Amino acid sequence: MDYSQFLAMKQEIGLLVVFLLVFLYDTFMPKKALNATAGFTCVIFAVFTALSFFCLGSTGNETAFSGMYVTGPVMAAIKNILNVGVLIVLIQAMRWTDSEFQIMRRGEFYELLLVTLFGMYLMISARHFLLFVIGLESASLPLAAMVAFDKKHYESHEAAVKYLLTAVFSSAIFMMGLSFVYGLSGSLYFYDIYAALGAQNSTMVVVAIAFVISGVGFKLSLVPFHLWTADVYQGAPTSVTSYLSVISKGAAAFAFLVILVQVFGQFYAKVWEWMLYALIVLTITIGNLFAIRQRNMKRFLAFSSISQAGYIMLGVIAMNETGLASMMYYILVYIFSNLAAFGVIGAIENATGKLDMTDYNGLHKTNPRLSFAMMLAMFSLAGIPPFAGFFSKFFIFTGALQQGTTAIYVLVLIALINTIISLYYYLLVVKAMFINTEEECVIPTFRSACSERLGLWISVAGILCLGVVSCFYNYLLNLANSSSLFSAL
Amino acid sequence: MEATLPILILSIPLFMFLFLGLLGKYMAHKWAGILGTLGMGVTMILAYTVAFTYFFSGNPEFINGAGERLQSIVFNVDWLQFTDTLVIRLGFLLDPIAAMMLVVITTISFMVHLYSNGYMRDHHGVWETGFQRFYAFLSLFSFSMLGLVVATNIFQMYIFWELVGASSYLLIGFYYTKPSAVSASKKAFIVTRFADLGFLIGILILSYYTGTFNFTELTSVPVEGIADVYQVSAGTAEAVKSVFANSAAPMFMGASVMTWALVLIFMGGMGKSAMMPLHIWLPDAMEGPTPVSALIHAATMVVAGVYLVARLFPLYLMETAALDIIVVVGAFTALYAAMVACAQVDIKRVLAFSTISQIAFMMVSLGVARPEFHHGIGYMASMFHLFTHAMFKALLFLCAGAIIHAIGSNDYTEMHGLRKYMPVTHIAFLIGCLAIAGIIPFAGFFSKDEILTACFGHSMVWYIWMSLVAGLTAFYMFRLYYLIFWWKEHKVHEGHHAPHDQAWTMTLPLIILSVVSCVAGFVPFGNLVTWNGHPMFDHAGFLTNLEHLDWSVACISLAVAVIAILIATKMYMKENPLPDKMEQALPNLWKWCHHRFYWDELYMFITHRIIFGLICKPIAWFDRHIIDGTMDGLAFVTNKLSWSIRGLQSGNVQTYVWIYLIGVLLLGSITVLCLI
Repeated sequence: MDYSQFLAMKQEIGLLVVFLLVFLYDTFMPKKALNATAGFTCVIFAVFTALSFFCLGSTGNETAFSGMYVTGPVMAAIKNILNVGVLIVLIQAMRWTDSEFQIMRRGEFYELLLVTLFGMYLMISARHFLLFVIGLESASLPLAAMVAFDKKHYESHEAAVKYLLTAVFSSAIFMMGLSFVYGLSGSLYFYDIYAALGAQNSTMVVVAIAFVISGVGFKLSLVPFHLWTADVYQGAPTSVTSYLSVISKGAAAFAFLVILVQVFGQFYAKVWEWMLYALIVLTITIGNLFAIRQRNMKRFLAFSSISQAGYIMLGVIAMNETGLASMMYYILVYIFSNLAAFGVIGAIENATGKLDMTDYNGLHKTNPRLSFAMMLAMFSLAGIPPFAGFFSKFFIFTGALQQGTTAIYVLVLIALINTIISLYYYLLVVKAMFINTEEECVIPTFRSACSERLGLWISVAGILCLGVVSCFYNYLLNLANSSSLFSAL
Repeated sequence: MEATLPILILSIPLFMFLFLGLLGKYMAHKWAGILGTLGMGVTMILAYTVAFTYFFSGNPEFINGAGERLQSIVFNVDWLQFTDTLVIRLGFLLDPIAAMMLVVITTISFMVHLYSNGYMRDHHGVWETGFQRFYAFLSLFSFSMLGLVVATNIFQMYIFWELVGASSYLLIGFYYTKPSAVSASKKAFIVTRFADLGFLIGILILSYYTGTFNFTELTSVPVEGIADVYQVSAGTAEAVKSVFANSAAPMFMGASVMTWALVLIFMGGMGKSAMMPLHIWLPDAMEGPTPVSALIHAATMVVAGVYLVARLFPLYLMETAALDIIVVVGAFTALYAAMVACAQVDIKRVLAFSTISQIAFMMVSLGVARPEFHHGIGYMASMFHLFTHAMFKALLFLCAGAIIHAIGSNDYTEMHGLRKYMPVTHIAFLIGCLAIAGIIPFAGFFSKDEILTACFGHSMVWYIWMSLVAGLTAFYMFRLYYLIFWWKEHKVHEGHHAPHDQAWTMTLPLIILSVVSCVAGFVPFGNLVTWNGHPMFDHAGFLTNLEHLDWSVACISLAVAVIAILIATKMYMKENPLPDKMEQALPNLWKWCHHRFYWDELYMFITHRIIFGLICKPIAWFDRHIIDGTMDGLAFVTNKLSWSIRGLQSGNVQTYVWIYLIGVLLLGSITVLCLI
């Protein structure tokens, strides 16, 4: 075996090193030093994030393990985007992990989190279904443990069980789809399957595609595979929820694109496009309809993130380089916007334990800066210019429209109408904070921890800069244009 | 050229805006003023460096072997890339007019920054509320205006054009507790915004047919027989030319679509430059603090329209119909504003109408410019007048500010006989009046003379017309001068101090601008700024302008100005009943002039009776009942729907899995049924 191929996996190895360092620190350091676990993790992860930007410099794809694993500038870029998100999540989680109940297990939290990130890396780079399933499972199962992290809370356990059961079920369906595919093609390599399936339109393949889509759709919480989302998001600790809602979705979305294009591309494009079309319409609409009703902030953001996932999928259905670039850009912007929202919610929850939208009435009187950050997050999620969310929606619509079929025009129209509906409920939060000020706000003025503020500052800076400073999108577009991801089509 | 200096020129004012805007309130008033002024001072020095490098370095980037000045793009970054061909860029374009504007804007802006240190506080040294905000807005305005003049493409220009409008809105409404200031700022914003609608449509038409936003490609000297001095890709330049030359563009309502595009773009310029009938906002804009009037509503923003036409001048040359429209609009505006200025009481209003009239001069000059006549002297004259006018009009406004600050009123009836009390202001104001009246050797003489020469070369009618307006200009300016500084002894009210010259921060700008107004006329503009970069004279020196004067035109215009001044002296120097007699002799003319020919009333009638009453009310009904009804219905359905599907989210994990399974199976089976 040629060991030099491990060198292709620079980011994975780096992440593994980070994981081991955290593990060793947590296991062997004296008890006093353990208070700094959170800070230690953040610092070395920040270093890792910075270093892994160097992986962007490579040109062309590198493969390892006879093509099971592929990495290249585009893959490195999406991993970097995830890294940035994870860094913010880590920073925001610091206060919570240092709280009294979590002190005993805080090391585990970070270790589990890093392991799931490793799984996501594999999902992104896998070009063989075996590796993909390993990635998928190691990104799913530790999450169940993380969801159950609040030992004292009954909801946390319930959420974990629900998550685990649904995840297992969806994995089973996914594997069944894979077994069909394996039976038909005799291989698990993406390109082998692609070549073997050929132009024959068999019912078997269509069913297999439906099963595979449902498996990944579960991670993305596309309707109707979304039902776990709200309960899990509500029950899980806020830091875990924010991790689930942005990072895990971003990774799954990219993997989704790779599988659909490279495995079922061209010959079955019509089939999966049709399925995705139906899922997007359902996801955006139903996510919105449920979000309108919600009064619990975490549940509210759960449905909002379901509907956002539908928008991300527009970049997949576009099936072109602009779509890819705009999808990655959307994920990046979504990370910043959603983490800003979760940052505010987490800060308020940690300080006062309030989670209801009515508790936010008149928040700007007591905590003007937090409510300002929340407002920016809501504006960005709703897509109001000049914040980043507007540009990400704009580009993702542009990418989809480039396909140019009437069906896509209709789809974008539906998405646009849903944007208007979403504006309603995002503005409800802003209204609560700034307009409903008749009564005294139940949340007193408090000073949030340094880590929380740092996380919020980063997110807000992202919301303000990403859209107006165009080089981010242009850079991603250039990367996408030079990638060979769509050469299968 | 290195991009460092240009980037700094744009980023220092932007930074000062953010800095003073965000942190200003934590700062002492004094320091906010000093920092703002310093920032602008540095910007001014940098802008001078860039402009001097452009004009005098002889660098082949800026000037070719034949001595022709070139357009040079210092930097140009992609901002929004929609497709490979449709890209919006932000950049920095240096050419003669941009370099000249850099000098004008930064000079005036710096003077105003300095002056406001004294103006924005009362006699006891108490600062105005929002002093820091004022400086933040001034910096924002300077940034936007600089961005506008160095725009490399018409879209960037549009962005900054709107930013300029917004900062003008903020500054006019600076005293936001005063209802008249609030309504004036709204009026200015709405009127110019309305004009910008035309501008935007013009941009869209133009770029649709020519396929480019970039100035270098649009204005690559399209007239036959003249070398292509702006080196651009021949393909695009040819394409632009052919759109015009072969009338590849379709006709619309009897005129070529390109004519429409240019006229619509000019409409944007009419709004910003207060040309009739879109001039109504400028007199009201005088509600803003006087330094703002000097900076925005006299020297810089209001000439943006002239600048726009000058920027696209080669395109206008191909559609002379558009140029003819410009001449007519300009000439009528010039006469109208000059007549109105003769009958105003508020000294800032007089200056405002005088500004409108002078900008109209520049417009007329652009409109009559043709390359056949003296290398397009009209273009050069227009830019020259823009330059000199900025200096002496800013001077006049700052003098007016000093007087208003000393007296506490805008009304000349409260002033009279101030020459003894405010000697420095008196001299400065006199120099400004001489300059605008066109008396040799002050700045206005040279530039106005060039304009009249250009008119003379174009048509006799406009020459006589514009000479008449020039005479009127001299008359109303000296009327104002005498009414402020002479007429009768100043009456000091009981318990008030006698008025006096103001603090050095306010007086120093007056002195500097006075000196500039005396000498600016000798700048050999013909060799610096011409429409195609080709120098007009063989050599340039201090006396070039004097040597190349067309003395017949010059003598006539001098004679007209002197006669007008003499009449004004006769009428207004000493208190006498002559003005009243004149008023009674022509009561209707006086009334119409005093009420600005009832334009505001006409607008009120049109907006309230016709637009609101006949158009808006039915639309409002339609909106309320049909559109809102539909939306309410939609919301009702959405609401109902979201209630009815809530059963899906039961919290029961078995149900979840069932729905999951049914979903997968439906997805697969429907696809099979539909597609296979």
